[in-house]
Amino acid sequence: MNTLRILLILFTHELRILAISIPTYVAGAVFLTLMGGLYWFALLVSTSEREYTPLEGWFHLFALPLFFIVPLLTMRSFAEERRLGTLGALFSTPVRPLQVVLAKFSAAYALYLLLWTLALLFPLLAWWGLGSHGQHNDPRLLPVPTLVGGYIFVVASGALHVSVGILASSLTRSTFVAALLTFCALFLLVTIGNLLGRIPFATYSWTSFLQSPSEYLDTFKHLDVFLRGIVDTRPLFFFASGTLLALGLTTLSVESKT
Amino acid sequence: MTEEPRPMPLPAIEVKDLCKRYGSVTAVDRVNLTVERGEIVGFLGPNGAGKSTTMRIVAGLMPATSGIAYISGIPVAWHPEEARSHLGYMPENNPLPEEMRVTEYLRWRARLKGVSNRQVAARVDEVMESCDLVRKARRCLIGTLSKGFRQRVGIADALLGFPDVIILDEPTIGLDPHQIMAIRRLIKELRGKVSVLISSHILPEIEQVCDRVIIINQGRIVASGTPDDLRDEFMPETEFLLIADLSALDVEAILLPFEPKVRVVNKGVVPSGNARRFVVTMPSTSSLAPVLLEKLWETQPGRVRELHGVVPSLEDVFVAATRRSWEMKTKIKNTGATPPGQP
Repeated sequence: MNTLRILLILFTHELRILAISIPTYVAGAVFLTLMGGLYWFALLVSTSEREYTPLEGWFHLFALPLFFIVPLLTMRSFAEERRLGTLGALFSTPVRPLQVVLAKFSAAYALYLLLWTLALLFPLLAWWGLGSHGQHNDPRLLPVPTLVGGYIFVVASGALHVSVGILASSLTRSTFVAALLTFCALFLLVTIGNLLGRIPFATYSWTSFLQSPSEYLDTFKHLDVFLRGIVDTRPLFFFASGTLLALGLTTLSVESKT
Repeated sequence: MTEEPRPMPLPAIEVKDLCKRYGSVTAVDRVNLTVERGEIVGFLGPNGAGKSTTMRIVAGLMPATSGIAYISGIPVAWHPEEARSHLGYMPENNPLPEEMRVTEYLRWRARLKGVSNRQVAARVDEVMESCDLVRKARRCLIGTLSKGFRQRVGIADALLGFPDVIILDEPTIGLDPHQIMAIRRLIKELRGKVSVLISSHILPEIEQVCDRVIIINQGRIVASGTPDDLRDEFMPETEFLLIADLSALDVEAILLPFEPKVRVVNKGVVPSGNARRFVVTMPSTSSLAPVLLEKLWETQPGRVRELHGVVPSLEDVFVAATRRSWEMKTKIKNTGATPPGQP
């Protein structure tokens, strides 16, 4: 049967399962509330300090909601199906593990992007609302390069983060363990570059070769580049290759445990 | 002009030298079996005998350590997706997504099994009708269904994709007698249309439904054939029930001169009257059995009240076959000999 047709059938099914799942709505509500609160906080800080635009400050806080939204969206994907045994039943039909992995990833990723797209309404509403009332006509309220660059960063990094969540879910039967694994993995992934950057590798000649890889892993440095409106292909390659690696490992994990 | 030989239809399921090992434990040991087209075959064995493992390997859900399984001539290990497109499989315990409705679930599964979008609704209605799901369960959430309806959903799912082969792993487990009869009827309706491999612990059910029975014990096939063939092989003695106003000695005196191996066991007095109940056992090979018993009827016409043969149940055959395999294994273990069929 047509591979694309199966992929589409699985993808729409996964979207439907996410749409009728309570954790999805919990994740959505908490995410949007938190993003709204964070934008308000960014507005207040930027008004007083003016070091960052509100949008830059807001995007810099992206990791806070990330640590719970991704586990909530991905924890059930494989863990719940393996616990119930429905994954085995799924593989009694002519589907391939890779198709199932891609469908589950795509559905969770689509929802993740939808939530981020909804969250972008906060800066748009603030710009429209405050601007039209003449109280805050600061052109820095909605810098287009920051908005576009920040969204491209969210799209690219989101693929890696969601794929890590899918991988964690494929490793266990417990949704709680899957969520915990995802949280730890994302925390490590987001902060490791920043932590390594504090080590003075360049000081000693024998560690200087580590300087460049540590910068390559620094998510916040990449974010700064994107927020200036520059689309750097190196981080895009990093996120894309990381996503492919995580999805490949998930496929192997699903194949071996079915 | 000579007619060209027609190609022989490939068996629905063919399994050759299938082995599955978990470390030092051999779950399936050199299993060979064939299910012909349109045949309904029962797969019997005690718990842990290797039934579900064999079925899972045949369904392409688990790799074998060695050996090969074919579905409609397609090697499952090499072309699992293609092989599964010919297969309907209902796993043990029948896991189903609790939060979906029955129709919604079956339509999704039909699409996955390659039923075209135009045919999906009609096909789902058809199998729901066959499985008696239309009236009560159509719009229900699967999580709210009783065990019987869940099993029917599982069977309906197995039928959806117009399969050549259906594998049902314990389809009647946990069902009440009415539900078992309904599922038995459903399986009987499949005879000749699709090939069915069905495992069950309920032996009378297997005997009523299946054309052939395969018995597996400790990972090895210990018997295979029709229930009658298996009776001949594993039940070397024929039993008759006799109710007569005679003593055991009288009965033996009449029968022993003709058949020295006959045994007569007194089972006590029947509740009404003075007649006694006897179980007369003689070798199945004895061609004299019916003649002798006829003689008894003739010589003691007024005193013989009832006489009929006792057909051993499949349960007796199953116990005899598994016991024989255990005894053989113990014997091999003690003597250190090589089991038959192994190098």
